[in-house]
Amino acid sequence: MNALFSAGPVREALISDLIVGLVLAVGLGAGWAARRNEIWREALVGVLRRRRYSVLVLGIYVFVALLDSVLWVGGTDSSTSSVSDKVALQEARSPLDRAFADSSEKSYSAPLSRVEFYDVSALARPGAHVFGTNVLGQDVLYLTLKGARVALLIGGLTSLIAIPLALFFGILAGYFGGRIDDVVFFVMSTLVSMPGILLLIALIMALGQSTFSVCVALGVTSWVGFCRLARGETMKLRELDFVAAARSLGVKDRVILVRHILPNLMHLVVITFVLMFSGLVLSEATLAWLGIGVNGSWGQMIAQAKDELSRDPIVWWNVVAAGAALFVLLLAINRVGDALRDVFDPRTRGEKL
Amino acid sequence: MLAYVLRRLGYGCFVVLGVLFFLFALFFLVTTPDDIAQRALGEKAMPQVVERWKENHGYNRPLWPGPGHATDNLLVDHFQKMLTFEFGNSDADGVPIRQRISEGVLPSLLLTVPMFVIGIGFGIGISLFVAFFRETYIDRLGVFVSVLTMSIPLLLYIIGGQFLLGKMLRWFPVSGFDLHPGVLARFLALPVLVGVLSSLGSDVRFFRTVFIEEIFKDYVRTARAKGAGEMRVMTGHVLRNAMIPVVTNVVMAIPFLFTGSLLLEAGFGIPGLGSLTVEAIQANDFSTLRAMVFLGSLLFIFGQILTDIAYTWVDPRIRLE
Repeated sequence: MNALFSAGPVREALISDLIVGLVLAVGLGAGWAARRNEIWREALVGVLRRRRYSVLVLGIYVFVALLDSVLWVGGTDSSTSSVSDKVALQEARSPLDRAFADSSEKSYSAPLSRVEFYDVSALARPGAHVFGTNVLGQDVLYLTLKGARVALLIGGLTSLIAIPLALFFGILAGYFGGRIDDVVFFVMSTLVSMPGILLLIALIMALGQSTFSVCVALGVTSWVGFCRLARGETMKLRELDFVAAARSLGVKDRVILVRHILPNLMHLVVITFVLMFSGLVLSEATLAWLGIGVNGSWGQMIAQAKDELSRDPIVWWNVVAAGAALFVLLLAINRVGDALRDVFDPRTRGEKL
Repeated sequence: MLAYVLRRLGYGCFVVLGVLFFLFALFFLVTTPDDIAQRALGEKAMPQVVERWKENHGYNRPLWPGPGHATDNLLVDHFQKMLTFEFGNSDADGVPIRQRISEGVLPSLLLTVPMFVIGIGFGIGISLFVAFFRETYIDRLGVFVSVLTMSIPLLLYIIGGQFLLGKMLRWFPVSGFDLHPGVLARFLALPVLVGVLSSLGSDVRFFRTVFIEEIFKDYVRTARAKGAGEMRVMTGHVLRNAMIPVVTNVVMAIPFLFTGSLLLEAGFGIPGLGSLTVEAIQANDFSTLRAMVFLGSLLFIFGQILTDIAYTWVDPRIRLE
């Protein structure tokens, strides 16, 4: 599987776009299905009403991520003189790449500056870099915007791995109990007893370092929590009258699981997805600091820029841009997650927060 | 009670064995000894050099027990090293891992224990205060600030703290460590402060939920009806009865005091177990990493058993079966 993901940057980009598309499709599909159900519609409208700004912010992040996800080869540039630019034209590029084409300078420049930071020579595009440029002369705004796709990829791919896995084993263990439950519970106890961050590191070291292996490692460490929740909830549901009624009518277990148990766990899936997402992006930032994160993430930008703060004069815009992008995303997600939990929790339903 | 504790311990032993098998799979089957040697030596290492490296680090033995090598194989060796706490030598520089770990425990504890105590104190205090003013602007503001501080990654706390308090205001040294009692506190102040601040938000939010759930119960209304003041209700009734989730949270965290904090130690140059792990990652030192994961899980399993026993102490209603 690693070979699949190390087959050149173009291929990796295309595969990750497939995943971004899949995440979006799952999201839209869920939204479409929820539209017809009154409880779900009420809940979603409730969240939209309480957290309109957070939802708007999330929408902008998703839009930027999508802008960077549609790739095609070719197109013309105003200045394609050097060889490297011509090579670049052979690569698949997104609208975002195209908007920021030939925006690079030689080295650092301060935000909106007209001159370079260290030697005071004129920039190729004076005043055009809203967040300045980094050590390689890349536009920091461009890199920051590109980070949105990486964050969506980390959270989305990992959730696509972890949530179905957790649901499957959680429902099986909770519904059938007995031997199956013993095995699932033992596996969960084993995984949960290894300290999360150490297990993550060990997995990434063992699997080798790539976007895919980071997501797999995050998936392995994060499915247990939700599996426990799904197991407990299934155990409760199993004892309820409507399930007993279905069983006494002779409905097969498989059908009961899909038609009666699964739909009643869906609100937990949504809450978990949202709350897990912020945890995953945070974990990736930690990994990036340790040097084993995903290429192009905000965590990596912060980790690479941490020494720039001790320079004199200070190069602050890298850390601030990436940090702000990360902070705003996490805040919006946490706010929406809270609202979702309140909307679905009967104990706090109706209480305004 | 005794039977319960014994059964818990027995299950704990099973989980320890599970962890050991998982680690064997991860560090010997997924990452084969050849991979480990190659990571240490580089992709282009000559086959002879790889063989010599494996021989020197004990990786040249067969993986599984078999005729002729019933005990002299990597599986038995792995279990033996971990269960006797010998851990063997570091893959990177050959220093005994056990020595490294025992050197790192003290700096880690010096960082995590004050952080833990101060953090719990402030967490419970602030959340009681916020719960006291529930459904007012103070409560809403408290929750919002908690979520706000939770949304800042630890990295930014470290960078920001070092920059603002270390570099600009010069209140604390930016990083470093010295066991000499006169300067120790100066070096530890900033990491402790950063650690407490970064975890305060989620603590306050968690404790607040616990307290508020408790406030709406009948016995609290009864206490109020009897004329007990709001202050007495909060500390005498709510706090005491909310102790179960609080104790779970607190006792559960104790084992992790020993493993230290990866980011804080690496960020502030504290030579504890967290730094040891970070160095192991950078040096591709698989044997040290394996020992650290094992030690961490052992402490976690122990903490879980401790939590279950603590339940009966806090809440006499719970009878262990």
